[in-house]
Amino acid sequence: MGRMRSLGGLMVMGIASALLVVGCGGASGGGGDGGGGGEAETVKIVSDLPLQGSNRAQTTTMVNSIKMAIEERNGKAGGVNIDYESLDDATAQAGSWDAAKCAENAQSVAQDEEVVGWIGPFNSGCAATQIPTLNEAGLGMISPANTYIGLTKPSPDKTEPEKYYPTGERNYTRVIVADDEQGQAGALLMQDEGVKSVYILDDRETYGQGLADQVQASAEELGIEIAGRQGIDGSASNYRSLMSRIKQENPDAIYFGGIIENNAGQLVKDKVSAGMNNDDVLFIGPDGIFVDEFITQAGDAAEGAYITFGGLPESELTPEGKQFVKNYEQQHDDVVQPYTAYAYEAANVMLDAIARAAKESGGAPDREAVLKQILATKDYQGVLGTWSFDDDGDTTLTELSVQQIENGKFVYQRTIDAGDM
Amino acid sequence: MEAGEANKTRSGVLIDSIRTSSWQSRIAVVLVAVLLVLLLKQAAQDPGQFLSQLFIGLTNGAILALVALGYTLVYGIIELINFAHGDNFMIGSFVGLTVLSGTFAGLSLFGAITDDSGTFLKIIGVIITLFVAMSVCGLVNVGIERVAYKPLRNSPRLAVLITAIGMSFILQNVGLIWKGPAQVPFPQLISDEKVFGPGSILFRWNDLFVVGVTIPLLIALSYFIQRTKQGKAMRAVAQDKEAASMMGINVNRTISITFLLGGILAGASGVMYGLFNGITVFNVGFTQGLYAFTAAVLGGIGNLTGAVVGGLLIGIIGAMSDQYIGTRWTAIVIFAVLILVLVFRPRGLLGDRSAVQGGGE
Repeated sequence: MGRMRSLGGLMVMGIASALLVVGCGGASGGGGDGGGGGEAETVKIVSDLPLQGSNRAQTTTMVNSIKMAIEERNGKAGGVNIDYESLDDATAQAGSWDAAKCAENAQSVAQDEEVVGWIGPFNSGCAATQIPTLNEAGLGMISPANTYIGLTKPSPDKTEPEKYYPTGERNYTRVIVADDEQGQAGALLMQDEGVKSVYILDDRETYGQGLADQVQASAEELGIEIAGRQGIDGSASNYRSLMSRIKQENPDAIYFGGIIENNAGQLVKDKVSAGMNNDDVLFIGPDGIFVDEFITQAGDAAEGAYITFGGLPESELTPEGKQFVKNYEQQHDDVVQPYTAYAYEAANVMLDAIARAAKESGGAPDREAVLKQILATKDYQGVLGTWSFDDDGDTTLTELSVQQIENGKFVYQRTIDAGDM
Repeated sequence: MEAGEANKTRSGVLIDSIRTSSWQSRIAVVLVAVLLVLLLKQAAQDPGQFLSQLFIGLTNGAILALVALGYTLVYGIIELINFAHGDNFMIGSFVGLTVLSGTFAGLSLFGAITDDSGTFLKIIGVIITLFVAMSVCGLVNVGIERVAYKPLRNSPRLAVLITAIGMSFILQNVGLIWKGPAQVPFPQLISDEKVFGPGSILFRWNDLFVVGVTIPLLIALSYFIQRTKQGKAMRAVAQDKEAASMMGINVNRTISITFLLGGILAGASGVMYGLFNGITVFNVGFTQGLYAFTAAVLGGIGNLTGAVVGGLLIGIIGAMSDQYIGTRWTAIVIFAVLILVLVFRPRGLLGDRSAVQGGGE
């Protein structure tokens, strides 16, 4: 840590001296050749995703799609060169995102004046540790994947979302539909499937627990009985005694609010082996387990499980979206995952904001100008459709999708429009 | 402990010990009694469910007990907490997975043994897997001792503890490179169909397998330590290294054999863990190791019976807590029990080695 700090110090000094040099150059060179300095100016954007753990296959495609978005513009936005760095907020030891690593990334970027935009993070718990730091640094954030409601809107915790924004100004946006709507979608799905009682589990993380709360509230509203609620330990060896307990309650469905890294595969395996197959007792999970790895881990036990997603799968995207999927798969060896298009959209929104800010300021824009333009994103026509950021920094899109696992694949089932609810 | 009171009657000893007992132990007895009564009341209401959970707890506990034995064996002989042991257990499950896949380092040696293979092939596969994993883990453990612990045998104890933590990280990273950062599935070779039991009692082939492997291993271990010459040498080294070496016991070799035994147990439990749960992951050694170490301390570290009792108890407490208290509280309940036991019996339930050797009291 000590070394990191001194490194950070060095970086700050380096940047400071670089600024001095630039300042001196400007003073001596005069206004005449300021614009024609030969080299275009450069700004930097970073992404922050968990690149280790069960979600690796997904997050790697997200990094690729951000790179693709930059390459498609020949590395420039509004005449300014874009420098991109991909940060990893996971540690090998955790095999998942790590709060300390998240905070560390945010702090080092906050000190790097060159960085004008932040894409990410992936996990809502990670966002909760990063937003306050980056808020004080005035850095604009676009998350492709955070769905925890309290990050932008009031939640059962009364101090949210204000506690994430110490300056009182917003700097965080997301291109994915938040969990109040995903919770409703989960509950609606249960109602459609004739579920009378549901047992709700969560993984005790910001995202999982928040989502499970939303599902519980929506289910109660729809008159579905809550047979029980428990939080699981993501590193437990198995959940057999828990499933044996749940079986006693005889629910029609089990909802799991959590992420794949917290042993979702084991959970559904133990559910089925306890004698609750996915036809009689539905298994419903959120976007946090919407990754092929879930099917690999759970094997046959995953068959028939439902997954809700705060967006649309690749097959339901706009024509532009389908074109993106085609381009991506031509250029890369891996296949598009649910969040790939969302990372691409986030990158394009960021680059457009930088371009507008650059035009306005006539040169490399600063953080404030970029942030202003991000928040001003309106009627954006992208791969997800035409949408704007509302006052909370949330997308105005309201469509969610439900998929079911059939023959070892996620199969799109239906779209639920939260706007209708 | 009761050598001087041998001529008294049993009930007399009991009354005496109650009279001389401290208020702490009286509270402890009352506490345990209350808990047992509450548990039995629940059990009487739904005996089927209680028995199912008891079986689940016992099988989970049996795997923990085998890992705990590895900690306790090594501690008993060189008073080192071998932090790398849990990760050796993980290596065991990975070796098992590799053997079952039939491919090693890109070489396809034989066809993978999967869910669809015939029963005979599955049985042979499981036996070979167990054997290979046990040998590999045994040798890895011996190697770790040679490289990381032996050169430091006469240094301060903290130095060895740190190398042990270092070895743990090394093994964990080997696992990370080997199978990647995500959970990896095991083929389901052992059926999870019910073996016996009326109504809601669930005892599966899977559970039978765990019990069927654990009990012979425990008997073999106990036979080895109590009845063989080498076992006697181990006990002698555990008591007093220098005196043992003066009596002509090869101390280095004895310590190596202890590590070999610990590794064999880790290998067996690693494969069992994978086949039983169906999923393993590179950092499973950390979490399972933590519980196994807790089990060893609970039973009295250095005490072999203690490790088994501790492992089974943690398994059962976990299952009972899932059933009657709530999964959210399970980890808290387990460690609360550990703290309570250590407050009232600082040497664990059955006492640690030094007490067994007569150094206690």
